[in-house]
Amino acid sequence: MSIEYLGLSEINGPMVVIEGVRGAFYDEIVEFDVAGKQKKLGRIVEIDEDKAVIQVFENTAEMSLLNTRTRLTGRPMEIGLSEEILGRTFNGLGEPIDGLGAVRAEERRDVNGQPMNPCTREYPRNYIRTGISAIDGLTTLIRGQKLPIFSGNGLPHDELAAQIVEQASLGDAPGEDGEEFAVVFAAMGVKYDVAEYFRRTFEECGASAHVAMFLNLSNDPVVERLITPKVALTAAEYLAFEKNMHILVILTDMTSYAEAMREVSSLKGEIPSRKGYPGYLYSELASLYERAGIVKGASGSVTQIPILTMPNDDITHPIPDLTGYITEGQIVLERALHQKTIYPPINVLPSLSRLMKDGIGAKYTREDHQDVANQLFSSYARVGEARDLASVIGEDELSPVDKKYLAFGLAFEQEFVGQGRNENRTIEETLDIGWRLLHILPREELDRIDTKILEKYWETGEG
Amino acid sequence: MGITGTIYGINGPIVVVRGNLGFQMNEMVYVGEMRLIGEVIGLTREETTIQVYEETGGLHPGEVVEGAGHAICATLAPGILYNIFDGIERPLEVIAKEHGAFIPRGAQAASLDTERIWQTHITVREGDLVAPGSVIAEVPETQSIVHRVMLPPGMSGEIIRIVPDGGYTISDELAVVRTPDGREASVTMTQKWPIRIPRPVANRHPAERPLVTGQRILDTLFPIAKGGTAALPGGFGTGKTMTQHQLAKWCDADIIIYIGCGERGNEMTNVLEEFGELVDPKSGNLLMDRTTLIANTSNMPVAAREASIYTGITLAEYYRDMGYHVAIMADSTSRWAEALRELSGRLEEMPAEEGFPAYLASRLSAFYERAGYVENLNGSEGSVTIIGAVSPQGGDFSEPVTQNTKRFVRCFLALDKSLAYARHYPAINWLTSYSEYMGDLAPWYGSNVGEDFVHCRNQILNILTTENRLNEIVKLIGSDVLPDDQKLILEVARVIRLGFLQQNAFHAEDTFVPMEKQLRMMEVILHLYERCRALVEMGMPMALLRESDVFEKIIAVKYDVPNREPERFAEYDAMIEAFYQQLMKSNA
Repeated sequence: MSIEYLGLSEINGPMVVIEGVRGAFYDEIVEFDVAGKQKKLGRIVEIDEDKAVIQVFENTAEMSLLNTRTRLTGRPMEIGLSEEILGRTFNGLGEPIDGLGAVRAEERRDVNGQPMNPCTREYPRNYIRTGISAIDGLTTLIRGQKLPIFSGNGLPHDELAAQIVEQASLGDAPGEDGEEFAVVFAAMGVKYDVAEYFRRTFEECGASAHVAMFLNLSNDPVVERLITPKVALTAAEYLAFEKNMHILVILTDMTSYAEAMREVSSLKGEIPSRKGYPGYLYSELASLYERAGIVKGASGSVTQIPILTMPNDDITHPIPDLTGYITEGQIVLERALHQKTIYPPINVLPSLSRLMKDGIGAKYTREDHQDVANQLFSSYARVGEARDLASVIGEDELSPVDKKYLAFGLAFEQEFVGQGRNENRTIEETLDIGWRLLHILPREELDRIDTKILEKYWETGEG
Repeated sequence: MGITGTIYGINGPIVVVRGNLGFQMNEMVYVGEMRLIGEVIGLTREETTIQVYEETGGLHPGEVVEGAGHAICATLAPGILYNIFDGIERPLEVIAKEHGAFIPRGAQAASLDTERIWQTHITVREGDLVAPGSVIAEVPETQSIVHRVMLPPGMSGEIIRIVPDGGYTISDELAVVRTPDGREASVTMTQKWPIRIPRPVANRHPAERPLVTGQRILDTLFPIAKGGTAALPGGFGTGKTMTQHQLAKWCDADIIIYIGCGERGNEMTNVLEEFGELVDPKSGNLLMDRTTLIANTSNMPVAAREASIYTGITLAEYYRDMGYHVAIMADSTSRWAEALRELSGRLEEMPAEEGFPAYLASRLSAFYERAGYVENLNGSEGSVTIIGAVSPQGGDFSEPVTQNTKRFVRCFLALDKSLAYARHYPAINWLTSYSEYMGDLAPWYGSNVGEDFVHCRNQILNILTTENRLNEIVKLIGSDVLPDDQKLILEVARVIRLGFLQQNAFHAEDTFVPMEKQLRMMEVILHLYERCRALVEMGMPMALLRESDVFEKIIAVKYDVPNREPERFAEYDAMIEAFYQQLMKSNA
């Protein structure tokens, strides 16, 4: 496998073509030696008999048709893994960039992973307390879930993700059964400041020894970005299912990842589908998101919190749209709430956690949890109608009930959704706030709560 | 040993073989040293194009492609129920046992267990004349379902040898048939059938019986017929999967084929766990006893996702041939359409709308037309009902998959984002949904549920439509200025929405409601409406009527009257009368 091919027959952006290769296979990794000075890596994305199309992970600067030697490695993209990766920082390909030398690998794994067999999945049921009311109360995060944050540029999604990591990892939940908790952080095309913000936060909360960071910043090569989440998730799967740790994976920003895919797809001359994205965007996103979960017989888990910035705050844009179809719910941030200086600016109505129904209630949180959540959702939906009406006929003309809804809406946004950046609420606190706010409304408006629960807890909200 | 060729080019799941080697269209092929399963999808003089049902990473040009000599087939025999397969009918449990938690490439396993012994009761004798579809043996496949072993389509003649009752595997010879041309054909429990070709039937019947689902908004407002087709479109988070699960649990089909096509792995796990514990109220057996799952989750290979829909419907037709009523839940057909788009893009075909291939519509119609209420070759009656979820991009129903699906289904159950946001479940919008089956099914409702059923249903729908019109006004000027008769309509519509349309899937009584109770609920609501209207016409203000808790009581009927005690509705009728008399007395 040590044949070297001299020269290239075509260079087009990050894609190069060589002819006359033998024995190359699809998805194989190749090494380039550029003018004897520089090494680069690439991946074969198309083969036509003896012609191979290769994506170069770094950029193609300084490569020419004559000065490049190409060597086939005979293996797909792999990374070396061991527990040592925790506390380390890597580039988007999984090569260390923190100056601490190479990782002693116990095992090398293909980053493409394999689909998890639905029969061997364990249905996720244990909730993760994040200490954030809007999440714990209304869109509960479950261990093994994939729950993305849909955000927009300029919204505090990074703070929210950091707060979840801090409070979920260092709260009471993980320690009690002595299970290990770690974070895998993958940055795709984010600004240096963002990556730095996360690094500093992890350091300040004392978690950095339990964090593996994979950084592809916005000025790093685009093709490398396509590999970054796969590398990170391979690391996460290894830690979760080999080392039995609970892994929280933060993937940010999925929009840059999808943009990179579009860029490369158009270079390859593929037929675009929606908004120029390739037809396989759904499959590619799914192959990342579906790598969350719990396997029967292993005590570890992979929980994903991907972050994506919705272009123009449009939730119907292909990236959030396809993501929402794959992930188990979503947490949607809203600009209007942010402008009202409410933190976290979570719009609860479009937010959803699909696994919540099986992870809450008497056995896990509290018996009234589902009912309170349903009632808050339904009442807050009514608030929207009352506000629409008020904007037409004026607040004074509203019926007394509608006026109460306006008051409820305001209090809900400020007291339930809104909380401090470092405020860590227990589930009881969250639900009690919910009951207190429901007291603003007349009791007969509470049509989503079981009569028995209403009788038992109605008093909770008083005072 | 079939025809072989060598790989020339590879692009994702598409592999190209040079030269015209005599492969057939849709022939199954084994690709490369790992013997990945593929299918021939294009032939020219120069090239044979193959779609591969597994990841193609690691394939080299020059590796061998071998033809199997036949199309991609489903294996049909006892053992299909209480099982979970991938898109090309590989048993996932067996693969899990052999390969662990992740599915490796090239994993091979026989679709069905060939070693398991089935207790077989033979139903024919030597000398009997048999035709395609004739039942020759019966096997209790699960607690609920007797598997009828049939003569495969295309075979007929005289039974010249037959085994006695006893235990046999699916590949043991049960009978030998002398065909009219004098050959002797061996019959086992196993049939193979190409998944893309509909199994033959004797006759198609019109849809005249409803698929009773126990879901009020479906059974009453938008019923699905047995042998009918329904589409369930909705953006993400509107409850498509929840609705599909509810239907799979409670509908009165004999057999459920649940196809998880490009959806979440955890959901399939959930179905597997839940259906393995839940008891079917009719038979008292586990729901899984009548269920088969086909799981091709979104991260499994895209070409197999395309095939999963066909595998599912072939299994359904096979059980229909035995005389069962089968319902297929396909979640979601959009993922299947996207698989078509992805493959079409790789083939560099000319795209039509939004990158979908131009043949999207014909493929969709061919799929939905495989539903039907039929007379089988053996004279029995059976049906295949298809309920396909659609996941429109951005929740926009004008996109090609929803629009094309709408052309081929007769029941359209539009899920609505704003209802889902308000946690009104099932979030089926009663204004944009429709069912063309109502007319066909009216006689059945008339004779099996109640004479006034259709009349009540129409009145309920009328009130809801009027409410929508009134809401337009309320949005502009508020509800206080409406006249009292219109306020009453709003109030009754609220009772209908909360008390009738909303149904709680997690409530033991409310998750499934028998037809009789559905009718009585409608009658009680309409009784209330009629009495209140009389009061309002006499000039009593709505504010006075609202002081009573009768509206709230009627809303709570769904929880307060158990399914088994419909006679308790009389108490509610009496309560409404008392309410009426009391108001008349005190305000006369």
